[in-house]
Amino acid sequence: MIWIRNAAIGILVVTFAACLLAGTVAPASYAKQFREEPDAAPSHQHWLGTDDLGRDRFSRLLQGTRISLLLAPAAAFLTAVLAGLIGGIAGYWGGWTERVLMAAADLVLSLPWLFLLLTARALMPLNVSPMNSVAITFLILGCLGWAAAARVVCAGAKSLRESDFSLQARALGCGEARLLLRHVAPNLRPMLMTQFWISIPVFILAEANLGILGLGVVEPLPSWGSLLKELSGLTAISGQPWVFVPLLLLVAVVTSFQVLLVDQELPS
Amino acid sequence: MNYRACLLFLFCFFFVTALASAQGGGQLHFCLRSDPKTFDPVLVDDDASERVRYMTGGFLLRLNRFTQQLEPELATSWKVSKDGRTISFQLREGLHFSDGTPFSAEDVAFTMHRLMDPSLHSATGDAFRSGDGKVQTQILAPNKIAVTFPAPVASLDQKFDQVAIMSATSPKKEMAVLGPFYVADYKAGSYLELNRNPNYWKHDEHGRQLPYLDSVRLDIQSNRDTEMLRFLRGEIDLVDNVDAEYYNRVQTEQAGSGHDAGVTLDPEQVWFNQTPNSPIPAYKRGWFRSANFRLAVWQAINRDDIARIVYRGRAQSAVGMLSPADKFWFNTKLATHPYDPQGALKLLAQDGFHLQNGQLLDREGHVVEFSLVTGAGNKARERMATMMQQDLSQIGIKLNVVPLDFPSLIERITHTYDYESCLLGLTNMTLGPDAQMNVWLSSAENHQWNPSQKQPDTPWEAEIDRLMRTQASSLDPRKRKEAFDRVQQIAWEQAPFIYLVNRHALSAISPKLHNVQPAVLQPYVYWNLDRISKNAEVASR
Repeated sequence: MIWIRNAAIGILVVTFAACLLAGTVAPASYAKQFREEPDAAPSHQHWLGTDDLGRDRFSRLLQGTRISLLLAPAAAFLTAVLAGLIGGIAGYWGGWTERVLMAAADLVLSLPWLFLLLTARALMPLNVSPMNSVAITFLILGCLGWAAAARVVCAGAKSLRESDFSLQARALGCGEARLLLRHVAPNLRPMLMTQFWISIPVFILAEANLGILGLGVVEPLPSWGSLLKELSGLTAISGQPWVFVPLLLLVAVVTSFQVLLVDQELPS
Repeated sequence: MNYRACLLFLFCFFFVTALASAQGGGQLHFCLRSDPKTFDPVLVDDDASERVRYMTGGFLLRLNRFTQQLEPELATSWKVSKDGRTISFQLREGLHFSDGTPFSAEDVAFTMHRLMDPSLHSATGDAFRSGDGKVQTQILAPNKIAVTFPAPVASLDQKFDQVAIMSATSPKKEMAVLGPFYVADYKAGSYLELNRNPNYWKHDEHGRQLPYLDSVRLDIQSNRDTEMLRFLRGEIDLVDNVDAEYYNRVQTEQAGSGHDAGVTLDPEQVWFNQTPNSPIPAYKRGWFRSANFRLAVWQAINRDDIARIVYRGRAQSAVGMLSPADKFWFNTKLATHPYDPQGALKLLAQDGFHLQNGQLLDREGHVVEFSLVTGAGNKARERMATMMQQDLSQIGIKLNVVPLDFPSLIERITHTYDYESCLLGLTNMTLGPDAQMNVWLSSAENHQWNPSQKQPDTPWEAEIDRLMRTQASSLDPRKRKEAFDRVQQIAWEQAPFIYLVNRHALSAISPKLHNVQPAVLQPYVYWNLDRISKNAEVASR
């Protein structure tokens, strides 16, 4: 299914390019309120119409996509690094180190993360600029997302530690640090890549969920979360099909990530 | 043949008459947003219980929600003593509770003693607590009673609008009622069924016993979207309080079902944190304590745009602490502060603020930037905050909007005082200054911008304290009005609260309902529940 893979790559490339060029392509500032034209239908001035405050939907979609698509991979990268470090150390050293680190992972997994996020968000200083606020939101997401991935990596590191090539390396006098860095870590990379790809859509949706609760990215900055929030409520779904464009884009991007992920996992 | 024809005619006549008399007013079906916490009218302190009390309770006096006049109900007449401590009632005779227990002055005495029992912490009773000591009741006759309070109570008679009389002797206790309906069935989280009270005392102009309706079914439904969908599908008969965005949809899909009764008592307001020990920088507190700064912010916000865009034109720019909906108490000499960004900059210049590269700086060079907290998930307030953000940016002020979950918000504005400004709305259930006492007295906990002051912090707050006490202790309505007009003027000049808009009373009402007269006081739609009917014939008879 090469064409599906190519289509997924195409969608991601076009989306990334559009959001990187948001400043040039967007017809208006994402925050500018055209107060004489609230809830306007698509026109040549506003390709996707305007929202309930008269802001250009297309400009907000570009800016929101930029935020979600740049920060979600960053948070996913942070998660993958933390999972690699914690899971790798736990699995490789085993014993009490593994027990302590995996107990910590279980503790994080058992936490009601949504409430934890709400609490963390409520404890943040109030005078935070919208850009810093969104960065902190994704940082928190990244810092809380490592536990499940760390368990997988731990299991992988454990099996690598007990593998034949590790035994052979030790027999040849290879030191533990060299063994970990030169032999075990490279073998963990595919596992970490998988965790990275899995985390991206998870974080995009998590931010969208926070946005629906009104606790994600703060106004006037848009994100996919705040754009999807407009779809909540009875009045949002009445005769304005263009308001669903952010949802369609989210589905397309998340599906594309999943297609690439499955493609990577399949044996070549 | 003639004999048979006569018999047939008589049969048809009696059949049709019986059918017509069997036709009741039908069942009214609508939603409560939450379960009522109690059916005990003395212990009511939540919206759902208040609504049930309104529909089931019998009251000595009742505020007509439409005319805003106090009307006799269980009492035929009443008199307040000159010292404002005693009120005496002449009661209707021959009335019975829903379970058949007779009504007398003993029931009023029982209700008043229960209401004022300190161990019950009755929110309704708190309105009558003006001094230390016990309430005294004197039964002058089976149908006459005097109630004496330890200290004068302002607007004493109006406060009885909230006092539902309980039976002193009924074994059913609070379930025996004098109102048009009684609670027949309740399943927590699901529904509440009220049946017509067969002993209800009121009759219409034609002598027919009220209420017209046979029963009321209240579904417990917290989701407003679902409530609106059910209304549009015809499953429920009314929605008492409709958001502006839903209102337009109702009007579009069912023309004539949406009703706009006009501007309500409820304002949306912003205030700055002026609390001396709050953890905000001193220079910011300095801005917030300046009347010029507050007035400048007020003038820089385009409230007409907020009313037009956020409330789809179903709100109006607020004048001040009182809405024009309060016909008697509103100070008609006041007008809305104009939207005037240039005027705002002039006011700010008087305090040394100046623009530099589009940013407003104070006298010491601090960039003027502050945060505004509001409840997360409240679409209207989030939109208002975003509009304020753009408006204030025009005078160089940077506003950071921070939606917080409600418990966090309340914690900040009532305990830690760790916030800079706040946007919230108030719900005013009663007319006039009585309900405002706990906000405007400088010693009050709800004096939000600077609560629980030992001494008034500013001369104008001292003057408001004096005027509020004057009006509360005076029994002369003219003097009270004069004092309260002055309070409104001070609040307008000093702007401790920046009032944005007063929203309209919007409701959705099925065309099947008759005798509905939407009002601007809550409950908007069913304030005259005993006269509402689903049967046109019954309603017009």
